[in-house]
Amino acid sequence: MPDKFKIEKLSFYFKDKRVINSLDLSIRANEILSVLGPANSGITTLLRTLNRLCDTDHDVRIEGDILMDGKSIFAPDISVTELRRKVGMVFEVPTPLPLSIFDNIAYGLRVGGRIGKKEAAERVEYALRTAALWDEVKDRQHIPAMSLSGGQQQRMCIARVIAMDPQVILIDRSCSGLDPISTAKIEESLSQLKERFTIILAPHNVQQAIRVSDRVAFMLMGSLVEEGTGEKVFGDPDDRRTSDYITGRFG
Amino acid sequence: MKNGFKDKLSERVFLALALSSISAIALITVFIVIQGAPIIGKVGLRDFIFGMTWAPSQGKFGIFPMIIGSLSVTLGAVVLGVPVGICGAVFLAEFAPAAVRNLFRPAIQLLAGIPSVVYGFWGLIFIVPFIRDNLGGPGLSILAGSIVLAIMILPTIITISEVQILALPRQYKEGALALGMTHWQAIYSVQLPAAKSGIVAAVVLGIGRAMGETMAVIMVLGNAPGIPTSILDPVRTLTTNIGIEMGYAAGDHRQALFATGIVLFVIIMILNITAQFITRKK
Repeated sequence: MPDKFKIEKLSFYFKDKRVINSLDLSIRANEILSVLGPANSGITTLLRTLNRLCDTDHDVRIEGDILMDGKSIFAPDISVTELRRKVGMVFEVPTPLPLSIFDNIAYGLRVGGRIGKKEAAERVEYALRTAALWDEVKDRQHIPAMSLSGGQQQRMCIARVIAMDPQVILIDRSCSGLDPISTAKIEESLSQLKERFTIILAPHNVQQAIRVSDRVAFMLMGSLVEEGTGEKVFGDPDDRRTSDYITGRFG
Repeated sequence: MKNGFKDKLSERVFLALALSSISAIALITVFIVIQGAPIIGKVGLRDFIFGMTWAPSQGKFGIFPMIIGSLSVTLGAVVLGVPVGICGAVFLAEFAPAAVRNLFRPAIQLLAGIPSVVYGFWGLIFIVPFIRDNLGGPGLSILAGSIVLAIMILPTIITISEVQILALPRQYKEGALALGMTHWQAIYSVQLPAAKSGIVAAVVLGIGRAMGETMAVIMVLGNAPGIPTSILDPVRTLTTNIGIEMGYAAGDHRQALFATGIVLFVIIMILNITAQFITRKK
């Protein structure tokens, strides 16, 4: 598998505070990579950098580079909006827009260009099915998205990203605060998604990372500690800090 | 036991304070109704509201020209002021660098602190002659009043709208941007609709202010109680009618001015109820 992203010596500063420390990491196409670690490890920042949502933050400085399909995402001729359409993101808290379920999902499509009613309906259905939400909302797609439960909202946000047909999906601790059934449904849709997308996931615990991912990367205080398959990193870690984390000595 | 008593006591105190503000409104309402209702009975509601002639010395009390005056000047102020106000709010909330924002915000709030007579004076000295020399007519006109009022309602609209936009959850904007929208698309299609009810409230407050403003418009409207045929014609509003004549009015004339107040009151009530309806519907 070719590399989808190649992160080279990435350092990220908020003012003078370094939140990512010279990170090197490759992400292969069509894999699910889990990036995990305790809070304040720079994981959310890393995800927000991959689609350059970090541009909206103030007093930020970035060193190093991120290559997507071999081309720097910081290159001057890169269109940020195009990048974000290729690299979709699901946030930690569900982010429904104040619209109906259907419009929430069709929205990204319409922004990308004119699209027929029928095609929109088909793509919305496809997205909802893939995100394991279709059966629950098929008869009420036009109610406000805000009236869904938290787990449903989160799956709707996943559907919204799927509908745009991105290449990469970033999922930031999206299952924290969800009930186990919703979590199971989201994990189930992840395994389907992987056939079409590259998924970078900040799982909300070690068990989830092992269940869903092909590879895991363990980060601590902005540095990459180790990476590899789930069994390797969590079963037989090379680094003391990783085993400390798993065995619950901190974090 | 002691805490229970304290709770009860504070509840009563708060109730009394809340009632005092409500009773102020009630008292004012009762007062103007008692003062103004008899003349409406005497002239007839229809002839009072739709009567075309205001000639107190001849016993003619028709306020239709003033209603038109109030509506036209307010509409003008809204047309001129609302787009500028909302754009200003978007600029301050979304685009302005911190330095600019820190300069503009107090400046706009200062605008709200200028006494209305100063606005009127400024309008009389600058806007009225400008209109007279460049567009024709007497200069004292609907247009002059609208411009002055538009500036006067800006602080209300900008401040409230900006607060509404800033109060939106960050996730709206980030969710929109993450879908590949440009900053402008996010503002236009997500943030503004989400802040809509607050912005409508801001606009209605602005309309209320424009409708109720007296001093500034007395000085620039010309105050002729006739039906205007163009925006360059002078008009008299409901407020200026009261403001100009209350000083010397007596008897029926005085009552008719209170009745004018009732009409103004009703119009503003209708406005507020409409606004609440809009914000609730959502």
